[in-house]
Amino acid sequence: MILLGELSLWVSLLMGIWMTTVSFAGGATRRGELVQSGERATYATLFFVIMASVGLWTALFTHDFSLKFVASYTSANLPKVYLFSAFWAGQSGSLLFWCLILAIFSAIAVVANRAKNRELMPWVTGTLGVILVFFIGTILFAANPYDRMEWVPPDGRGMNPQLQNPGMAIHPPMLYLGWVGTAIPFAFAIGALVTRRLDTEWLAAIRRWSLISWFFLTIGLVLGMWWAYVELGWGGYWAWDPVENAPLTSWLCQTAFLHSIMIQEKRGMLRKWNVTLVVAAFLLSILGTFLTRSGVIESVHSFAQSAIGNYFSTFLIAIFVVTTILVMTRLKDMEAKAQLESMVSREAAFLYNNLVLVGIAFSVLWGTLFPIISEAVRGTKITVGPPFFNSVNVPLGLGLLALTGIGPLIAWRRASVENVRRQFVFPVLCGLVTGGVLIALGMRAFYPIVAYILVGFVVGTIAQEFFKGTRARMRMYAENVVLASLRLVGNNRRRYGGYIVHLGVAMIFAAFAGFAFKKEFDVSLKTGEVFRATDPFGHAWTFTSQGVSEFKRLNRYVTAVALSVTRDGKPMPVLSSEKRQHVDSNDQPTFEPSTEVGLYETAMQDVYMVFSGMIGPDQAEVRLAFNPLVWWVWYGGMVMAIGGLIVMWPQAEKKRQGGYVTVLTPGAEAPVPATAGAQ
Amino acid sequence: MNTRSKFMLGGLLILGTASFLAAKSTAATAQFYLTPHELAERLKADDSFRKNGMKVGGRVVPGTIVKAPGNKEVRFVMRDTMATSDARFTVVYKGIIPDTFTDSVDVVVEGRLDDGNTFQATVLLAKCASRYENAPGKPGYPPGTQGGHPVDVPKGPTAAPQT
Repeated sequence: MILLGELSLWVSLLMGIWMTTVSFAGGATRRGELVQSGERATYATLFFVIMASVGLWTALFTHDFSLKFVASYTSANLPKVYLFSAFWAGQSGSLLFWCLILAIFSAIAVVANRAKNRELMPWVTGTLGVILVFFIGTILFAANPYDRMEWVPPDGRGMNPQLQNPGMAIHPPMLYLGWVGTAIPFAFAIGALVTRRLDTEWLAAIRRWSLISWFFLTIGLVLGMWWAYVELGWGGYWAWDPVENAPLTSWLCQTAFLHSIMIQEKRGMLRKWNVTLVVAAFLLSILGTFLTRSGVIESVHSFAQSAIGNYFSTFLIAIFVVTTILVMTRLKDMEAKAQLESMVSREAAFLYNNLVLVGIAFSVLWGTLFPIISEAVRGTKITVGPPFFNSVNVPLGLGLLALTGIGPLIAWRRASVENVRRQFVFPVLCGLVTGGVLIALGMRAFYPIVAYILVGFVVGTIAQEFFKGTRARMRMYAENVVLASLRLVGNNRRRYGGYIVHLGVAMIFAAFAGFAFKKEFDVSLKTGEVFRATDPFGHAWTFTSQGVSEFKRLNRYVTAVALSVTRDGKPMPVLSSEKRQHVDSNDQPTFEPSTEVGLYETAMQDVYMVFSGMIGPDQAEVRLAFNPLVWWVWYGGMVMAIGGLIVMWPQAEKKRQGGYVTVLTPGAEAPVPATAGAQ
Repeated sequence: MNTRSKFMLGGLLILGTASFLAAKSTAATAQFYLTPHELAERLKADDSFRKNGMKVGGRVVPGTIVKAPGNKEVRFVMRDTMATSDARFTVVYKGIIPDTFTDSVDVVVEGRLDDGNTFQATVLLAKCASRYENAPGKPGYPPGTQGGHPVDVPKGPTAAPQT
């Protein structure tokens, strides 16, 4: 099976080349049988990529340590679930995983469009073929998981203990699903550019793909934050690390596109911009894969050493050049069909939202690539730290939050004074009340107060939209509140799903602002000793050491310290934090020790505990922290994901159109043809 | 002034603000990222270079680690990763020591060089001894890290993302 897998990888390369060649040839000569052959080759490529993946999984599960990949990332005593996820624990395996997802997505795209978009499809298939060939080729020639070693070690190195965490088992696949998801819209963009069919047809074909990509990127980002928070033990969830920044930039691009696509659908504007965003999202995905997989940011040496560096940079430049030429030669086909009519219009709000999103993406990219840029330009490596990202992105982020509230409130084309007044009174009031209450409660920090005012404003906006929509339905159809609000969302998934996403965004912003009030203490406790602290909400806490214990688990030795906790005199759950030394099946230590944090989570704050070391046999060094509102990041992420699901969920064409017209909120939206809302 | 140019003006304002903030904070937070060899060269050229805050990446010289009890302070000597240079610096770091910090690992320290040529580090990052996947039998790198172990343990409260 393993040999078969290795062979399949080679066959899939040939299939991918066939798929690319005949599809492009079919597109150029308009010969149906070539196009069909190319589409069949897509399925064949998928089959062989699956075989290659099954082969690698077989090797992992059967502990074939003659494969360098298996020996490097697993050991005989690794739990089964992590044998499965070891597939994407290393560079070569994760590239194969990328391929697998891309092959699956490509096949789905081909099946879904077998009767639609026939003009575009040859070019779409061909473009996807190019990407597949690139990845399979890179795997085969530069990072092959089937590479064998000259000798067979008795046991593997085992998996890094920090990866032995459920979040880390799911996080990479989510990110990859999101990243690979950008390839399909990109392929359609190429198809549309080549065939000059740059109307809204190709947008309709890719909207759902963009949503899928956005959805998985969202989940991937939040899971990554969760993993960093519970596993790395430094007490936060975001450190502006290049590997966090890379998916963030893709996410920002996708978010911008999902907004600007609406303007093109409704008003025929922003046609060039949309193509640019689609291409940018794809390029950032490739760049992100490269950055997280090569370590180029951290060390230039690794660039020289990492064989995939040259492949990826060449590929990126090639795509950039080809798409630039395509766009430049087709500028006339992408003239806007309408002009911006007023600054006080939804279009303007969306345009600014796009600018801010892309501005944030660009500044994050700048900060991330700065070491490389500075080394290339000045010969010295210069890095910028978290203060850079915070000082640029806090103001931009707050601007974005404000636009999140403004966008849904103003009408398309040109909002009247009356419209503005009627729509804004309640949300603005919500924001001001929130701010007033917080200031009265004693909050004095500038940025957090601004953030909470805006959060109040956004939540007010969403509440008002739901209220108006529900009330309209209740009047029109005599439905009760529950039924009316459910049907409201069900019949306008795109719009109200979007508002639910906004609600999640507001929750996350509230959590970020709250994190500014984090409190942290380094303490040293003997058994029985007590540490007293006051949390950011003014509660008095005590932490009493119950001593240190040592024991052995399946594949690790554990040293743990436990603290009994009280808040305002009432007992709370016991907190414990562990130091773990992982061992292989021969009881030999593998990797350096790792730390398991102690955590007590509530909606208001987390109590976070890290065991840092021992002084003598009895005295434990512990870092304790009160992290406010962290819970809201995870649940805000979930709300965003649910909103995304609602937006994506397929809806029968007829019903959607009907729903769109009937539940038009009075005054919120200028009447538009029902068809404009389709897809 | 028509709407289009009004919009453009607004856009330029946003992008201008963003670029201004970016440029300003690039200058304010930029740090040199040097190897011990490069640092020694710079000091030779201009001794006042030590006044800058900087990052230095290299490898721990085996056997030089002295830890204070409780894992709260450590002193060690670092050299270039490739051992092509004689440049060595003593580093003192106060704070929680990363789990992965052991003899001959690759480290990145952030801080200042004092007048006695001791590097006073406020941040200590440790990575796998060899991070190159070509080396057979070496551990791999977690996805979601830069290849090294993501054991960033900054001292004191960490800057939180507040966007």
